[in-house]
Amino acid sequence: MLKRAKALFLSLLSLVVSLPAMGAAVAESSTRQLNMPQGVTEVSQAAYDIHMVMVWVCTVIGVGVFGFMFYVMYAHRKSRGAVAENFHENLVVELLWTIVPAIILIVMAVPATTALLKVYDTDNPDLEIKITGYQWKWQYEYLGEGVKFMSELNTSLDEVYGREPKGEHYLREVTEPLVLPVGKKVRFLVTGNDVIHSWWVPDFGVKRDAIPGLFTAGWAKTDEPGIYVGECTELCGLGHAFMPVVVEVKEEAEYNEWLAGKKAEAAEYAATIGKQWTDEELMVRGEEVYERSCAACHQSNGEGIPGVFPALKDSPIALGPMEGHIAILIDGVAGSSMQSFADQLSEVDIAAVVHYERNAWGNDVGDVTQPIDVLNYKQSK
Amino acid sequence: MAHGPATLADGWKAYISRWVFTTNHKDIGTLYLWFSFAMFILGGAFAMIIRAELFQPGMQLIKPEFFNQMTTMHGLVMVFGAIMPAFVGLANWMIPLMIGAPDMALPRMNNLSFWILPFAFAILTSTLFMEGGGPNFGWTFYAPLSTTYAPDSVNYFIFAIHIMGASSIMGSINIIATVMNMRAPGMTYMKMPLFVWTWVITAFLLVAVMPVLAGAVTMMLMDINFGTSFFNAAGGGDPVLFQHVFWFFGHPEVYIIILPAFGVVSQIIPTFSRKPLFGYSSMVYATAAIAFLSFIVWAHHMFTVGMPIAGELYFMYATMLIAVPTGVKVFNWITTMYKGALTFETPMLFSIAFVILFTFGGFTGLMLSIAAADMQYHDTYFVVAHFHYVMVAGAVFSGTAAIYYWLPKWCGKMYNETMGQVQFWIAFIGFNIAFMPQHFLGLAGMPRRYADYGLQFADWNMVSSVGAFIYGGAQIMLLFNVIMTIRKGKPVSEEKVWEGAEGLEWTVATPAPYHTFEKPPEVK
Repeated sequence: MLKRAKALFLSLLSLVVSLPAMGAAVAESSTRQLNMPQGVTEVSQAAYDIHMVMVWVCTVIGVGVFGFMFYVMYAHRKSRGAVAENFHENLVVELLWTIVPAIILIVMAVPATTALLKVYDTDNPDLEIKITGYQWKWQYEYLGEGVKFMSELNTSLDEVYGREPKGEHYLREVTEPLVLPVGKKVRFLVTGNDVIHSWWVPDFGVKRDAIPGLFTAGWAKTDEPGIYVGECTELCGLGHAFMPVVVEVKEEAEYNEWLAGKKAEAAEYAATIGKQWTDEELMVRGEEVYERSCAACHQSNGEGIPGVFPALKDSPIALGPMEGHIAILIDGVAGSSMQSFADQLSEVDIAAVVHYERNAWGNDVGDVTQPIDVLNYKQSK
Repeated sequence: MAHGPATLADGWKAYISRWVFTTNHKDIGTLYLWFSFAMFILGGAFAMIIRAELFQPGMQLIKPEFFNQMTTMHGLVMVFGAIMPAFVGLANWMIPLMIGAPDMALPRMNNLSFWILPFAFAILTSTLFMEGGGPNFGWTFYAPLSTTYAPDSVNYFIFAIHIMGASSIMGSINIIATVMNMRAPGMTYMKMPLFVWTWVITAFLLVAVMPVLAGAVTMMLMDINFGTSFFNAAGGGDPVLFQHVFWFFGHPEVYIIILPAFGVVSQIIPTFSRKPLFGYSSMVYATAAIAFLSFIVWAHHMFTVGMPIAGELYFMYATMLIAVPTGVKVFNWITTMYKGALTFETPMLFSIAFVILFTFGGFTGLMLSIAAADMQYHDTYFVVAHFHYVMVAGAVFSGTAAIYYWLPKWCGKMYNETMGQVQFWIAFIGFNIAFMPQHFLGLAGMPRRYADYGLQFADWNMVSSVGAFIYGGAQIMLLFNVIMTIRKGKPVSEEKVWEGAEGLEWTVATPAPYHTFEKPPEVK
């Protein structure tokens, strides 16, 4: 019996001990990380500090309360000859253990409030970025700069389904990261396009829900260049785990160079819209776009998921007139999970993917969809 | 006129009729308990699928679409199918025995409130076999994922929720009516066992919030089928409205689950301490205080939706307050043990583990209440770990304790103590291996409801899955122990099964006769 008690005591003690251990073992390597990251912004530091305060307060109380409990379990056992007493109330003690915790809480409320004020200090930013959550990617728009792009998972489905070995950055890599300058206060305006997503970068301490029809604001300012990885943290459908956030913080000169490059890219792109694309070019690009943006629902083989996502293979739309097909991509289908891709994909990408869908998996319409057709449809509206 | 229940000896027809048409609180309690255990196994099977998939990074066994259905169904089945009916079953069995009543106040409604439940869960589970799959939007079913973007089966889900709500409301009305009208002479309110008190308060919570849930799903139904825009931003609605309505139900709901568990533990700890419960009246007041607070803290589940800072601060402060009455309870339980004469039979082991692990979950709850830190914890595995510490180590451990504690009274046979204790240790160790690492995963940045994860989370996920399988195995052992007890257990005939047990339920014969307290006992 005594042996059993000892085992009980030890295993329970290890639980209590593990909390402070979480604090002590702030591992450098992210693979064995046990605790909240301190991060690189004031907000993440504030969250970390209040977190540690709470960890220690809880640890001290826990050690006291459980320590007393284990003492009782050891000392007042019937097997050791304990005889039960009969007391069952004591006003002073009962008042004390109501009032003392209340006072502890009031004291803790002070740093908790200060930390929260920091989270909400979104005024006077140097740069504003509009972040839009889509099923299942992020769009970043540099307000006032005319730069806007999508950021999607860059891990292949082959890695996900184990047909290829998983790379070092499995599910932590995107087509294009959000790029920020060091030392600038950046305000994020977060919203959603379809369902609710949530944009989280642990090292910034920023987690804001991306809600359709609403903007939520967060901010970050860091002096440490580097790559910071985050996640979507609100269940948003089957691709929820597959829309990471990657932020690259660059020195200001590098950032400016990058921004200038993005602007030039946009100008260059405008010129390619009028170009005539060949069937082959469109099929190659279309397959790329399809795998990235369409295959999650409609599947790589174009057969969809019966009852949820319609098949594109042999579908009346894919085999019907081109304009109807383009319309679906531009306008989406109201009341369904088929969203509008007008703001997510470029005209070239839409043309390529429409062409691909009309000519893959045995679909053989044979027509060639050009970016200009897409642009014309957009302008006709 | 009293008559015994039909047994198998009377033929199948009579036996089945007995259970289908029964108005006996003990029969209905038994039905609830078996049903909830069946749901517990079903919900557990869903959890095993989840943990098997998360054993390694990458998608090995199932597709993300099905994974989302599993997380959703696991939550719904466990909350509405396993834990809530289990405690309603205990209430049916024990409340009349504890207050000296011959039966529940409304026996026919009692029958109805049980028998609609299997239909609700048949409907809910059948959605898994429908084209498009079952609900895949999480047990919190946030709009618009659960409206515009939901599979067609969502309508069945809504119907099932309505039936469950009706069942809960009827069950609650019954409990309130029973306790208010059918107490034995001399059984004043402040003499009622704490289990009865916690259930009365829970019943009031249920009556208050189940209609709110019904409202939420009805608005969904309207949005999906009749073109309204309650939650559709494009039509002028607000997705955040859904969350407010849902959590106005959802937060009291988690106390609905935990308060009867408090009651059970408050019965068991005094028994095995051989000492009366310390601070009875403060326990009652603390329970009422927790119930009241549960109505005014709901938006702490929504710290990241961008509320104004004033709202955020209010919900933070209010939430922190809950620690006070909860602390009072924990201190009372420990002081009950202080200077008692403790023995550690299986029900006591589960109750002590309840106090420790629930308190641990309370600590993480307090951490979660701090809004600035919650920005990092929110929707990560830290939250998953937190609520499994309070729901599993809280509600499920206390339910298990209750089964071991009252089983001898119910069936007149003693369970196998060694097997019970072994089962406890397997459950206890398995539980902690499963859920302790989830704290680390959450703090390190793994969001919840992820079908797949980066390589940095691989180690702890594997540990967690192993623990989950061990914990799952322990439940099969519990089932085995209960069945063996009923079939071959050592007969018990003392009215007071446990040396230190107090209360009216221990004054009736063992096993408890089909009809008890036909003449009300006198309580001094």
